[in-house]
Amino acid sequence: MEADFDVIIVGGGIAGSVCAFQLAKAGLGVLVIERGTSCGSKNMTGGRVYTHTLAKVFPDYAGEAPLERRIVKDIFTYAGKTVEYASRDLGSQGEESYSVLRRGFDQWVADQAENEGAMYITGIRVDDLLVQDGKVRGVVAGDEEMTSDLVILADGVNSLLARKLGMKEELKPDEVEVGAKEVIQLDAGLIEERFGVVPGEGVAWMFEGVSTLGHKGNGFLYTNRDSISLGVLTTVGDIDCSQETVAGLVDKLHELPEVKPLLEGGKLIEYSAHLLGKGGEKARPKLYGDGVLVIGDAASMVVNRGYVVKGMDLAVESAILAAETAVKANEAGDYSAACLASYQEAVKNSPVLSGAEDKNKNLEEVAEVFSE
Amino acid sequence: MNIIVCIKQVPDTAEIKIDPVTNTLIRAGVPSIVNPYDKNAVEAALQLKEAYGGKVTVLSMGPPAAEAALRECLEMGADEAILMSGREFGGSDTYATSYILSQGIRYIGDYDMIICGKQAIDGDTGQTGASMSEHLNIPQLTFAVKIDVDGEYALVDREVDEGIMTLKAKLPVLCTVGKDINEPRTATMKGKMRAKRMTVKVVNSGDIGNMDPTKMGLKGSPTRVKKTFTPSVKKAGIKIEGKSGAQAVETLLGHMKAKAFI
Repeated sequence: MEADFDVIIVGGGIAGSVCAFQLAKAGLGVLVIERGTSCGSKNMTGGRVYTHTLAKVFPDYAGEAPLERRIVKDIFTYAGKTVEYASRDLGSQGEESYSVLRRGFDQWVADQAENEGAMYITGIRVDDLLVQDGKVRGVVAGDEEMTSDLVILADGVNSLLARKLGMKEELKPDEVEVGAKEVIQLDAGLIEERFGVVPGEGVAWMFEGVSTLGHKGNGFLYTNRDSISLGVLTTVGDIDCSQETVAGLVDKLHELPEVKPLLEGGKLIEYSAHLLGKGGEKARPKLYGDGVLVIGDAASMVVNRGYVVKGMDLAVESAILAAETAVKANEAGDYSAACLASYQEAVKNSPVLSGAEDKNKNLEEVAEVFSE
Repeated sequence: MNIIVCIKQVPDTAEIKIDPVTNTLIRAGVPSIVNPYDKNAVEAALQLKEAYGGKVTVLSMGPPAAEAALRECLEMGADEAILMSGREFGGSDTYATSYILSQGIRYIGDYDMIICGKQAIDGDTGQTGASMSEHLNIPQLTFAVKIDVDGEYALVDREVDEGIMTLKAKLPVLCTVGKDINEPRTATMKGKMRAKRMTVKVVNSGDIGNMDPTKMGLKGSPTRVKKTFTPSVKKAGIKIEGKSGAQAVETLLGHMKAKAFI
């Protein structure tokens, strides 16, 4: 029987939508199913996206995507010492990064895919996968089924669907962090004055050791267009061992003498929390099976090393590679695990995803200052 | 059976918070939803369509953003959606709104039944549905808990104080419904995909034609809001707990003596 779609993508975050864009552009019939009422509504980032991979898909992104400010200055605070690092390299092509808020950004990426011909439905939770003879053949939501030749799981850090297939293990409290973030509204002019930047430019600030419970926890601050994103990351397993609450840690960051005056007059407009995998190649699950691929956060496309936390650029890269594999499978009419295995190989060989080509050598230089 | 369902986009009152300082509603950032009773009305219409065939048209008056509410009804399975939107409609009270909607119904034309939610959760007046039937000069069957059709007649069970009243009325009729009539369906994937390919038709008074400007908008609204106020917050009472009844009574008497009540 003919399937309803060539590809169903579960999750309309950045990975899901970039993948949908690439597939629709190649002429495949794509359905994206998003659980939130709109794309990005359930997603969260501390606030910084490195755009080198996004640029491969959307060469004109800088003028079109709803990004907040281009990061021109990195600030690090460790044990009361603060170092500011500015380098021309920070803004140069291939190295640039921006502060970002997910709600608007994810919707923009989704709009690009939809304009390219991908079908989007929101407000639907995929409960299960349709599996026949060990092969994934579609999705199940409530008592409704939708079939496809290939299902791509882009359902986030906790990917219940990948777990159901036995491709991913349950997250362990010591191997996952929780990020809690406030968005504080502040006049754009005040942000520029207080952080010493010009319109369109902003800073990224990491706090190491500020929010330590048991393991290391980090604080972060990003300047948006007319708001500040501020929050902490802490290991989930540590929360139980301390009197300190995650919300309390955010408050502490707020009160730091380095931070407090900069937020003066700001108004809290949003509070959010999300899980963050520890990332790295070791954490990466098997990324393919018969009729199924895993991308983005679901595939642990995260780098989390304290002074640098990033995932969105890796998610985009994994989406590009998965789309390439899917297009080849579509041409061959073969969606078997043997055919889809080339995706895992592509991930392994990708300079971006293997970590061989480090996009943050500047930051590592700074980290060395502290380690001395 | 051609059925028109009138719906209203309302703020989700479950999400509304009270500003602890000023005691006023915080409206910013409150999501908009389809008035819950109107969803029951859509469900009732869809069930009748499934039983007898025909078409379900959803109609609303509101700002352009109300298209999202109509779209939700298309996702549930409605066949057509019309949004009456224009500056001339702004500031309408229930009288003007019911006039405007009745003109929208005239514009749609052929219909056997109109179904409305019994009231909107934001204004709670419950007047618009009933007034519409007066403008259209058709029977109104309010607070329906069961709607059926027998030939040219509607058979409706109404919930009244004494029990259930069964009425028979010649079509076309207007029914209003509450929560008890059914459980509104949630949109399916296929329903959402179908709705994606549909458009919400937006019309103003010019598109409809022959509308009386003295019955629309703020000018056409006889209702005047004389005063709005925030009810005073009652302080929490004192809860008296004692090991025994006697002990609790002792404490109570102590409180009463302290206040010089006894």
